[in-house]
Amino acid sequence: MATTVQNIIKKYNKDKTRLMDILIDVQSDQGYISKESISKIAAELDISHVDVEQTMSFYHFFSDKPTGKYAIYLNDSAVSNMMGRQKVKETLEKETGIAFGQVTRDGLIGLFDTSCIGMNDQEPAALINGHVFNNLTPFRVKEIIRDIKEGKPVEQMYTSAYGDGENRNVLVKTVVQNNIQKKGPILSEDYIPGIVIWKKLPQMTPEQVIEEVKKSNMRGRGGAGFPTGLKWEFCRKAKGEKKYIFCNADEGEPGTFKDRVILTERPKLLFEGMVIAAYAVGADEGIAYVRHEYKYLKNYLENLLQGARERNLLGKNIGGIEGFDFDIRIQFGAGAYVCGEESALIESAEGKRGEPRDRPPFPVEKGYLDMPTVVNNVETLCSVVKVILNGGEWYSKFGTKDSSGTKLLSISGDCKYPGVYEVEWGFSVSDMLEMVGADEENIQAVQVGGPSGSLIGPDEFDRTLCFADLATGGSLIIIGNHRDLLTDIVLNFTEFFVEESCGSCSTCRNIPYLMKLKLEKILDARGVPQDLKDLEEWGKILKFSRCGLGQTAGNPILSSLRNFRHLYEGKIQMDKEYDSEFDMSQAVKASCEAAGRVPILN
Amino acid sequence: MSTLVNFKIDGVDCLAEAGIYLVEAAAENGIYIPTLCNIQGVKPRGACRICTVMVNGRPMTACTTPVTMGMEIQNDTPEINDIRKAIIEVLFVEGNHFCPSCEKSGCCELQALAYRFRVMVPRFPFLFPRREVDASNPKIIKDHNRCILCKRCIRAIKTEDGKNIFAYKKRGIELEIIIDPELGGKITDELAQKSVDICPVGALLPREKAYQVPIGRRKYDIEPIGIEDEKK
Ligand SMILES: Cc1cc2nc3c(=O)[nH]c(=O)nc-3n(C[C@H](O)[C@H](O)[C@H](O)COP(=O)(O)O)c2cc1C
Ligand code: SF4
Ligand code: SF4
Ligand code: FES
Ligand code: FES
Repeated sequence: MATTVQNIIKKYNKDKTRLMDILIDVQSDQGYISKESISKIAAELDISHVDVEQTMSFYHFFSDKPTGKYAIYLNDSAVSNMMGRQKVKETLEKETGIAFGQVTRDGLIGLFDTSCIGMNDQEPAALINGHVFNNLTPFRVKEIIRDIKEGKPVEQMYTSAYGDGENRNVLVKTVVQNNIQKKGPILSEDYIPGIVIWKKLPQMTPEQVIEEVKKSNMRGRGGAGFPTGLKWEFCRKAKGEKKYIFCNADEGEPGTFKDRVILTERPKLLFEGMVIAAYAVGADEGIAYVRHEYKYLKNYLENLLQGARERNLLGKNIGGIEGFDFDIRIQFGAGAYVCGEESALIESAEGKRGEPRDRPPFPVEKGYLDMPTVVNNVETLCSVVKVILNGGEWYSKFGTKDSSGTKLLSISGDCKYPGVYEVEWGFSVSDMLEMVGADEENIQAVQVGGPSGSLIGPDEFDRTLCFADLATGGSLIIIGNHRDLLTDIVLNFTEFFVEESCGSCSTCRNIPYLMKLKLEKILDARGVPQDLKDLEEWGKILKFSRCGLGQTAGNPILSSLRNFRHLYEGKIQMDKEYDSEFDMSQAVKASCEAAGRVPILN
Repeated sequence: MSTLVNFKIDGVDCLAEAGIYLVEAAAENGIYIPTLCNIQGVKPRGACRICTVMVNGRPMTACTTPVTMGMEIQNDTPEINDIRKAIIEVLFVEGNHFCPSCEKSGCCELQALAYRFRVMVPRFPFLFPRREVDASNPKIIKDHNRCILCKRCIRAIKTEDGKNIFAYKKRGIELEIIIDPELGGKITDELAQKSVDICPVGALLPREKAYQVPIGRRKYDIEPIGIEDEKK
């Protein structure tokens, strides 16, 4: 054991900025990270024991206790619950004889909850030792547990055919489905990998590339919508011995899965986008930060990078351009939604806790290893290839005036055709509902832009998807009339933020948790009108948080209070002004039981 | 050579050296911006969020934001002060602060801010979490009940070769401070004392030493927090 840890450390040249990779390999090799492993890593990297512990304890998929020979992580997102997670969970517990959070006595199986794994269109889904199992049913769970008990390797536990497209690639072999429902310029098959690098870049200066991107009016697809050309220009002008291009493939916002589909079907387009970005800003190193849940794509993606190197699409003098050197490595995360925030992403890639940095300075000035860094979303980088191929002007004709181009939407929930849709900006929510086979009459709400976005009702279904109205990183969750909105959606999303806060802001660490307690009180029919006012007031405190996570963590409650107030009012005691929050019967329960008396409470 | 910049805090014209942090720039102009996690001379980390001001209409932490020409800053407004008060309250309810039995009482910055912001009863329910006291270190007692996770100890206390002795563990509401078993065990007297002094609350206390200054004659018993800056 000590020797494997030793070898892993050696593989990464005892480089402390590669601590994430070291921990990922130790976790996957041994099923946990022991005290001895931590000491060994600390000694070899010449950092303190607590340094290793602080990184390790931050991430959901690192464990200081054995997680079982078969570690089962069942998705706990809202849509997973809507699609029958509870029965799957119960069956797992019954078949294994343990509760969630435990490992069987013989160390064979561990059961754990996990935040959205990016499979909302094929829920309930779980990861077993990193392999995806989708569309789970109680029957399927029984088969899986039987296979495990027979000692079958995970790869042999698939019973259905592999998924569509590249999911069948020999280097992937997964049952995951792409569910591409609508294609546009990005997802179109009409693409010759490397064409921009061979034919366009050699004719253009970096400044011309930036100019073309600016002309397209392209704005970032990761959520914040920052103009891409401007970001590149800032980075190009920033001083630094080295510059870096990051692809943000952390995709952790529950309900979003379009980047997974791009990584599977158009990875060459993505890598080409990174090369273009590198040329434009003058970077020589790129890092694609991919969420841990997509690790099943590792061999596939690394093989493509190798192929690109062999074809001179990466490496030295790329595309024959003298002096243009650039290469890409893949950095996996280990389960932390906040790492999608660009500065947290950088911290994580440096081997640290995924805590967002204080800004300014921004990554374009001081990013990875304090050098100027561009962080772009997967979809942004893909779009850029088409911009350079066909011109900024061509691109700006798609979409609306302030939102040019197309957007990949991840649509899930109560509809006939969940999946990925590439549409132009500017459609209304109603248009979308029709497209995905959801009957408006049966829909009570749509969550636009994930938990940090907004929950809207039918009176707002005519609003349009664009930066000026309903901006979105790309997810729509459709919620039918038969759902319990406050419990199934609002509570679940609030719990998600509580779970995923990095904790370093006093506000974000505590306020969502306090709001969650209050929401539970209301759902428990103990609420009074003052509680609704409190929630609104407390929500404002979150605006003082450092990053977007904390700033939006109140949104599920705040936007439902705004748009679905009647649901709250139906749960509270409207006639009661005051509530001491003290439950007398609960307080005297133990003593009454001991004394054998029945309390008189009025 | 340093350049001076003009900026405004609550409509008052101010002048400071470009690039210094807003808290310092304000103090130089006799204006107090409350801080809690900040310590002069150590790289800031906007952890407590109390120093938040509105810069050109957007919330920014004054301890991490450098001053630039023409900034319009709002600091002492009812809305901002109410959120600051809420932050103080939330720090009380998330831990267990029984000030009368705390060795730091009177020197505690959290307590002093609570007085300054006139905190009577917090607007949040007390969480009464179960937290442990860690007395395994030979020189420092760490009481997680009182820790406000300000990161001062992590940022300011390092070994001679720059290694961390203190660190965060876990995340979110489970976040806590840990002390390195080995490096913490070998901590010098001087560094141990520095950690105790630097902790704004009573979460890091020295062993076998207490109440050397009697209650009533302690720092904030004599002068409330913030007065120093305002006297400039
Ligand atoms: C909590 C949080 C999570 C985020 N997650 C992602 C993500 O998964 N993918 C992403 O591209 N951007 C994410 N972002 C936005 C990034 O910070 C950043 O704005 C984006 O990657 C920039 O790329 P773009 O300009 O191409 O949009 C997140 C932001 C926050 C605050
Ligand atoms: S807002 Fe939350 S997640 Fe973001 S930095 Fe602050 S504590 Fe961390
Ligand atoms: S121990 Fe003290 S200095 Fe360290 S984080 Fe806690 S309150 Fe701050
Ligand atoms: S003093 Fe600025 S965030 Fe704490
Ligand atoms: S007096 Fe506040 S922590 Fe001790």
